[in-house]
Amino acid sequence: MTNHWRDIKNADVILINGANPAEAHPVGFQWFMRAKLDPARGPGNGGGAKIIHADPRFSRTSAVADQYVRIRTGTDVAYFGGLINYVLQNNKQHADYVAHYTNASFIVKDGYAFKDGLFNSYDPKARKYDLTAWNYETDADGFAHRDMSLKHPRCVFQLMKAHYARYTPEMVQTITGIPKDDFLKIAQIVGEMGRPDKVMTIVYAVGLTQHTTGGQLIRSGAILQLLLGNMGRPGGGLNAERGHANIQGNTDHAISWEILPGYLKIPQPGQTGLDDYVKKSAAKKLDPNSWNFFGTNYKKFIVSLLKAWYGETATKENDFAFGYIPKPAGNSSWMSIYDQALQGKMQGVILSGMTATSIGPDSNQVLAALSKLKWLVVMDAFPTTSSEFWRGPGMTASSVQTEVFMLPTTHWIEKEGSFVNSGRWMQWKDQVIPPEGDSRHDHWILADLFARVKALYQKNPGKFPDPIMHLRMDYKDPIKPTFDELAREINGKYVATGKQVATFAKLADDGSTTAGDWIYTGSYTDKGNLSKRRNGVQDPAKNDPTGMGFYPNWAWSWPLNRRVLYNRASAELAGNPWDPKRPGIKWNGSKWVGDVPDYPPKMSPDDPKAWLPFIMNGEGTGRLFSNGMVDGPLPEHYEPMESPVTNALHASTSTSPVAFLYDKAAGRDNRFGTPSDFPIIATTYRLTEHEHYLTQQIPHLVQLQPEPFVEMPPGLAQEKGIKNGDIVNVRSKRGLMQIRALVTNRVGQLDLGGTKVWQVGIPIHFGFVGVAADMHPERSMNWLANALTPFVGDANSRTPEFKAFLVNIEKA
Amino acid sequence: MATVSRGDFFRFAGLTAGAVVVSELGFDLAQATAIKRDLRIAGATESHSICPYCAVGCSLIAYTRKDASGKAQLLQIEGDPDSPVNEGRLCPKGATTMQLATSVRRVESPMYRAPGATEWQKMSWDDVLDKLAQRIKDTRDQTFVATDAKGNLVNRTEGMAFAGGAAFSSEEGYVATKVMRGLGLIYLEQQARV
Repeated sequence: MTNHWRDIKNADVILINGANPAEAHPVGFQWFMRAKLDPARGPGNGGGAKIIHADPRFSRTSAVADQYVRIRTGTDVAYFGGLINYVLQNNKQHADYVAHYTNASFIVKDGYAFKDGLFNSYDPKARKYDLTAWNYETDADGFAHRDMSLKHPRCVFQLMKAHYARYTPEMVQTITGIPKDDFLKIAQIVGEMGRPDKVMTIVYAVGLTQHTTGGQLIRSGAILQLLLGNMGRPGGGLNAERGHANIQGNTDHAISWEILPGYLKIPQPGQTGLDDYVKKSAAKKLDPNSWNFFGTNYKKFIVSLLKAWYGETATKENDFAFGYIPKPAGNSSWMSIYDQALQGKMQGVILSGMTATSIGPDSNQVLAALSKLKWLVVMDAFPTTSSEFWRGPGMTASSVQTEVFMLPTTHWIEKEGSFVNSGRWMQWKDQVIPPEGDSRHDHWILADLFARVKALYQKNPGKFPDPIMHLRMDYKDPIKPTFDELAREINGKYVATGKQVATFAKLADDGSTTAGDWIYTGSYTDKGNLSKRRNGVQDPAKNDPTGMGFYPNWAWSWPLNRRVLYNRASAELAGNPWDPKRPGIKWNGSKWVGDVPDYPPKMSPDDPKAWLPFIMNGEGTGRLFSNGMVDGPLPEHYEPMESPVTNALHASTSTSPVAFLYDKAAGRDNRFGTPSDFPIIATTYRLTEHEHYLTQQIPHLVQLQPEPFVEMPPGLAQEKGIKNGDIVNVRSKRGLMQIRALVTNRVGQLDLGGTKVWQVGIPIHFGFVGVAADMHPERSMNWLANALTPFVGDANSRTPEFKAFLVNIEKA
Repeated sequence: MATVSRGDFFRFAGLTAGAVVVSELGFDLAQATAIKRDLRIAGATESHSICPYCAVGCSLIAYTRKDASGKAQLLQIEGDPDSPVNEGRLCPKGATTMQLATSVRRVESPMYRAPGATEWQKMSWDDVLDKLAQRIKDTRDQTFVATDAKGNLVNRTEGMAFAGGAAFSSEEGYVATKVMRGLGLIYLEQQARV
């Protein structure tokens, strides 16, 4: 989230796509309802916020929405595109904000083109674009040319205006299935949010990310928010609702193939050393008034990380042990792991609190991959569909040669440490009870394993042991690092004095500081562990001094306890809030006050050298157009890989031209179905009573939601002779679910410009392990929702396309 | 009741309103509730936790009392009214975290399933970690690439992957990243992508 949960109450309009917060994040949803119903809410204008929900399925979120529209899954680029086009055609954008706070005025270099669904520089053989084709036109200093009148034919504003002109209300209807009149009602409400005294928030979840166009779906929201001047403002922003307690914290700490802690890029082969890595990874300053804070300080952050990991071994002379950091050959994300296993190249996998079988996509293919491993480790508090995979669907245990290690771990209440919520709030929790039985903390298991591997290398020769030998594990007990020791290390210290560093602005590139994750520098200072702070709503007058709901002394949020990212953009050029009733930060004549400023605290707006508002990137502005996405500088609608229709914008480029096709690349058989065999669109989702797969172990929750089902519309049920409660076979090209039909008007038919298609929905939570599975050992073998989903992902992030695929349904 | 916390007040405010009605029936529900509460959490230790399910980050209050052996027994988990995130509220999952915390369905000890075996066998931590450390070393030695085909220094272990971390503490995740990168892993993943 750019903002945070409580901040949603500051919004005038809440635009929800690809999410069902009333059911998936019910307690967070109270802030949506307060925005809508509470006349005394915040310093805003007194209740009456409107909730707009576009979703394939009518849910409890839809039930309280002011506008609900049924959208075809995977078509939100067209929906947002229609909204963006409406704003541009009707001059509803926040003109000052767009001119000064976005890259609308930046001029793109000659050669930019878009035709038949393809941008310039496409290589059809490699299925890739050359991203440098979308660079700006620059001067001798490398600064981009700008036209503040926004009239230059190659300025971003004009390019996007032309690009989006195709997304007419009629086209939106044809692609999304949303009737034109309903769409226009929404467009009118959204269009008003470009007024400086109005603000809209966009909320999304994995209903946007889990598509082959997922990254561009999010960018579409960001573009709309930038046009309306809503980024950086309380009540605004682009807010991802994350689905797991600490998915945020452990993404920040880089359990992710392409990054190092604090979103530093993983080094690439061919980068000759630290300086070359920094040069190729850090953003370039593109405007004289751009601070480019991240790019400028990149080396300080990577050196401080290397010092935290390699201590005295990391010296200036050896490039701070930069060579020890592994450099991947290519994409090494989730699906790549199982793809490699299928190819016989992956020997071992360690899963901690994640079950590959259920998570999928394409569970049957994942099961095949697991059975090709030499060894599999499952670290979990409970048995999972991965620890038990060898007796899962279609498996014959005696012929599965994979060694499986089940390591019992403690769970959340048996250990302290921090969870970081969707709003970036790092909240500390106590150890409440001792570990159950023989279970151990995950990180103690890993530290112990590491020590044993190290001991083996000390005894026996092996490949390049140096990165193992020198990794700094000098905790009081190296195999049992305490949470406090680690929280201190993550924050960082001065090497010479051992004192904690108070802010990442003090980190250095000469080896004099450490920081395990620079964005957390400031979380554990000489004042102690700030994530333990508990000054909350027990005393709002004292603990929420601005009245905006920031609660600055409750826990700690990254970076630097800032509650709203990019908050310089909450005030106009002169430093006054766009809306005085909803200030983010404000220039008081000598400093910025309010939230922790995302800006130098004493930089006057009158200073001719004053930095542009978005200090983290090269432009200094929000990016309406970006050369950072592999599938285009502007979002474009592409059909899901499995779709019943061809792309109404460009039939010749119907699906993403750059999405990576694993099975094809590896020479495996095609696993995509055709609309003639599988004519029904399906999507997946969560239920309130379950959280992924863990809650299959909780009797109360299984009692509330005991088994899986497919929600199907009455018309489709009638066509197929299916009654509510019947057991049906739901098949995709990849697998089968045998589950109950829930016949309901919550899902329905879509009219795509004359073509009528059915859309159904399936909850993800069930499988062959857990309380319900114990009661139905046979039936539960056909309960994996991801047995149906396709092994393909977003062109940028490779997030699987869980949310849009084709099935057929017949009575079992 | 000299030490009624704001939290206590919040929790019982609703019941007090009800008590006005009920007291007309001839007894004081507020008093009865107070006695019941005394029995339930008197002398209990109040600890702070965060809900382990979704990423709203609802604060929890957990009450424990030590049993005869000195082991902390969990009595109750409820929403923390002081939190600016949840203000004391919990959803069905948060409200049943007690059943997650005290489940009888836990895996009790390390288990090993040999190739082709049809059942688990119990194994001690020492044995299982030694066996696994050897597997990791073997895989690393067999699949480690120091320089790639183009002669670039890459120092990577290609045949091993680690995935996890959406459910454990940040500090544990930091160790996972540090140790796995130290072993040369490039296949490192988390729930964020899936």
